[in-house]
Amino acid sequence: MAKITLKAVEKRFGDNTVCDGINLEVEEGQMVCLIGASGAGKSTLLRCVNLLEAIEDGEILLDGEDISLPGLDPQPVRRRIGMVFQSYNLFPHMTAAENVMLAPRRVYKKSRTALRPEITELFTRFGLADRMNHYPDQLSGGQQQRVAIVRALAMKPEVMLFDEITSALDPQLVGEVLDVLRLLKDSGMTMVLATHEMGFAREAADKVCFLKDGKVVEEGAPSALFDAPQHPDTQAFLARALK
Amino acid sequence: MTKTNAAGKTRRQIYEDRLRRRSMLVAGGSTLVVFLAVVILVPMAPGWDRVKASFFNWEVFAKTFPKLLEAFKLDVAIFLWSAPAIVVLGLLVALARDTRNPALFPLRILGAAYTDIFRGVPVVLTVYLIGFGVPGLGLPRPWNSPYIWGSLALVLTYSAYVAEIFRSGIESVHKSQRAAAASLGLSDADSMRFVILPQAIRRVVPAQMNMFIALQKDVALLSFIGPVEIFRQAGVYKSLLANFTPYVGAAVIFLAVTIPATRYADYLIARQNRERS
Repeated sequence: MAKITLKAVEKRFGDNTVCDGINLEVEEGQMVCLIGASGAGKSTLLRCVNLLEAIEDGEILLDGEDISLPGLDPQPVRRRIGMVFQSYNLFPHMTAAENVMLAPRRVYKKSRTALRPEITELFTRFGLADRMNHYPDQLSGGQQQRVAIVRALAMKPEVMLFDEITSALDPQLVGEVLDVLRLLKDSGMTMVLATHEMGFAREAADKVCFLKDGKVVEEGAPSALFDAPQHPDTQAFLARALK
Repeated sequence: MTKTNAAGKTRRQIYEDRLRRRSMLVAGGSTLVVFLAVVILVPMAPGWDRVKASFFNWEVFAKTFPKLLEAFKLDVAIFLWSAPAIVVLGLLVALARDTRNPALFPLRILGAAYTDIFRGVPVVLTVYLIGFGVPGLGLPRPWNSPYIWGSLALVLTYSAYVAEIFRSGIESVHKSQRAAAASLGLSDADSMRFVILPQAIRRVVPAQMNMFIALQKDVALLSFIGPVEIFRQAGVYKSLLANFTPYVGAAVIFLAVTIPATRYADYLIARQNRERS
């Protein structure tokens, strides 16, 4: 059984259909990359999976269990699905360590002292040991984004969603964030990325999906999709994106 | 390499020095003209001697000032017990108006009605209505005290304004912060308490300071319903000495408090603007 299954997912904002019958399967431990132009529905799709947006129709299954059921309490689901945003969204009034500890403290009722060792371990693993007590505005974009990843990981999620997490970064900072993603993939995390980093998608993804106008136009292994795209829209997009 | 002259200044520094000298000369000159005009022209007004005797009588000032200062303590006391109540009530109303829980819908409507009503009625009317109205119910001592009901009138009025400022602060926190908190599995209440409110409150501190400066002045309105605070004390002296100087003394005392407070609030606003840009 797939870790995440999307069945004919539909999301509309008013008259604007952003996800138009999307089907997608993400296996346990897989890294799936969503590519496509801005406005194709990649970000919205991720927000739907994390229940930040309610879908109009279709189903989203996590371990075969329908999490898109209207009226379902979203909080227990969100604890199992971590999300990292394009603009980091760290809490500016808290240090990096406080950012990371807030949710485990409040949701899992763990004390700061109990959390310290595992949090320190996470910061160390992602090369941030000396940044724990810094405030977000004292960190570079790349560091902030890595703290945001650590913050999501501290909830011990089963799945991680990444919404164009390198798009707001200076080019020389993108590498350090992508390194973190490689590390996560090696640890067996199930991941879904909306990304414009074609090189990274080709190298690291298990599956790449090309979205256009809220539909999955084409999906497949990165080698197949990048080297021999079948659909004319995919060909046109890749021709522009890989130029 | 920078070109410098004999004094070791760049062309730009020389130019800026010249600009600064000129603007200081202009400012000094215009201030002098205005000052002379006031000092020379006002005393030439036909009623100046009478005004001077009844508003700026030094003897009356010196005689009444200590007692006015004494009475001002009551203003400060009323301020000190009203202000925390205003912060708490204002915050509660702001949160009530922000709630999305349908069970709390009546609270939301109530919050909206409350802010509309108390921001819409002149403070002095609220002070009269509550200050005279509630004790008129025939409550036993000490529940008929004008201190209690006068303070309550101030608290109700100012909480309405303070609540609106808190609400604008809450709304100014970007919704991506809520999304981030929600995505971590935090409850709405926790997200408000730990993520949104701390940022919102920090942003509105300068604006709230201005509200509390206004409150300090409006405490004088309670004089209309009884308490002998500074404004009423000044009124007593006015009748006693047939001289308006005590009012000037009271104004001096208010200014001694409000001017530093206003400057501090301005400083906070300026600092915040610098931080955000």
